[in-house]
Amino acid sequence: MAEQIQAFTIEQFYKHLLQGKLMGAKCRKCGKVHLPPRPLCDSCFSKDFEWIELSPKGKLLTYTVIHVAPSQFQGMAPYAVGIVQLENGVKIPGMIRASPEHIKIGMPLTMDFGTCAATQQWPQWPRYFFKPA
Amino acid sequence: MKGKPLVSIVSAGLSKFGKLEGLYAREIFAEAAKEAFDRCPNLNPKKDIQALFIGHMGESYEHQGHTGATMAEWAGLLHVPATRTEAACASSGAALRAAIYAVLSGLADVVMVGGVEKMTHRSTAEVTEYLAMASDYPFEQWHGITFPGLYALMATAHMHKYGTTEKQLAAVAVKNHYHGSLNPKAHMQKEITPENALSSRVIAWPLKLYDCSLITDGASCLILTKPELAKKYTDTPVHIIGSGQASDTIGLYERESFTSLAAARLAAKKAYEMADVKPENIDVAEVHDCFTIAEIIAYEDLGFCKPGGGGQLAEKGETKLGGRIPVNTSGGLKAKGHPVGATGTGQAYEIFLQLTRQADKRQVKNAEIGLTHNVGGSGATATVHIYRRG
Repeated sequence: MAEQIQAFTIEQFYKHLLQGKLMGAKCRKCGKVHLPPRPLCDSCFSKDFEWIELSPKGKLLTYTVIHVAPSQFQGMAPYAVGIVQLENGVKIPGMIRASPEHIKIGMPLTMDFGTCAATQQWPQWPRYFFKPA
Repeated sequence: MKGKPLVSIVSAGLSKFGKLEGLYAREIFAEAAKEAFDRCPNLNPKKDIQALFIGHMGESYEHQGHTGATMAEWAGLLHVPATRTEAACASSGAALRAAIYAVLSGLADVVMVGGVEKMTHRSTAEVTEYLAMASDYPFEQWHGITFPGLYALMATAHMHKYGTTEKQLAAVAVKNHYHGSLNPKAHMQKEITPENALSSRVIAWPLKLYDCSLITDGASCLILTKPELAKKYTDTPVHIIGSGQASDTIGLYERESFTSLAAARLAAKKAYEMADVKPENIDVAEVHDCFTIAEIIAYEDLGFCKPGGGGQLAEKGETKLGGRIPVNTSGGLKAKGHPVGATGTGQAYEIFLQLTRQADKRQVKNAEIGLTHNVGGSGATATVHIYRRG
């Protein structure tokens, strides 16, 4: 084996993100692309996956502007979050860094892997956000 | 078993809903249990009740888990098998389903099912955080998406797809506050105007304060038995004739649609088929209006109108008392309040009152068939039950 295959986990998804890569897991049996990756294909029950790098570009399907936030996000409020459909069709939510009046359903966005480093406590995941493409 | 009673409700209890200062969840549940026992003098709780199912969402509120046994003890049912179910805001809808399994299996002849939540002693930020636990952690909570935020994502999508307006959302709030004003147990018993709703502060745009249900303390319960034993306990039982439950992805983002809840549609289909009833046969319904948009989507998922027609249905007053199909006569989660674990069986309590003609000022005339629709999280769980006057 040329290189060690990393486990198809949420943990590994975020580790890839720290390296600036948006990676999904493609089922080798039925072809479904999973984002986040998962250990068991929910379509065909296969455990045979391969990593594929996904385009960080997509379009906005829906959004909101959150004014009342949980404690840890209070300093950022109000902030926009939305659900983005990436070019390969999979959907992923995230914060949108744009002023609310410029946000429209259908607008092209791209994922920015952000300046956030991994946090010290569990879960040691970085955060990404979307910005106008 | 089409249209036949699955189980019969012979009694029901509901605590006052509201800010119940100084009361602990178990004390609130005891209040609901007492009403159910008092309402049913032929029942000997210690002798007759063979199991307790209790819906409860969060240990975080009171730093207290192990809710099944706790509630059994405080309801005076020491030693009965007691099981807590957790399905976020559908916790007691799921408990009701579990209680039906227990009675239909023959393992128990008489069971108590209920739910409880104590929330108002916590700050809004804390409650926001605890409620968010009903959503996906790694991709929703982690990226700052709150619970109102998830329903706001649905609202934006619904407005974009169907032209639903903020005014139509406000119509749901105004109606439910009017119904709440007729319910002495409701948290909010004050009517509001559309202007109040539209000018209230933004929580998660386009949802404003009056689009959101209330952070409330409360408890609810039902006593169920086999249909053939019902008359032993009451002359006026209410039969459950249809029961549906379904699940969906924990993350809203993974779903095909953001304008309809597949779990609710599937649960409704099962319940309607089992009951041999159609949406147009429903006389009164309690639906899960955790947010105003959720009630509009519920109308559509339950077949009260076509997809996209929910906003108009609310605006035209068809779901108001006196309308074609009164919805949330109790005031709903919006005005009666939403102590999450208590909500599912709290909805059944209102239908029990309606079908036994005990709903007083908010009585729907000649109501024969009722429905409850209880949703957990952003729709990863849904239960639908259909009831007939016995």
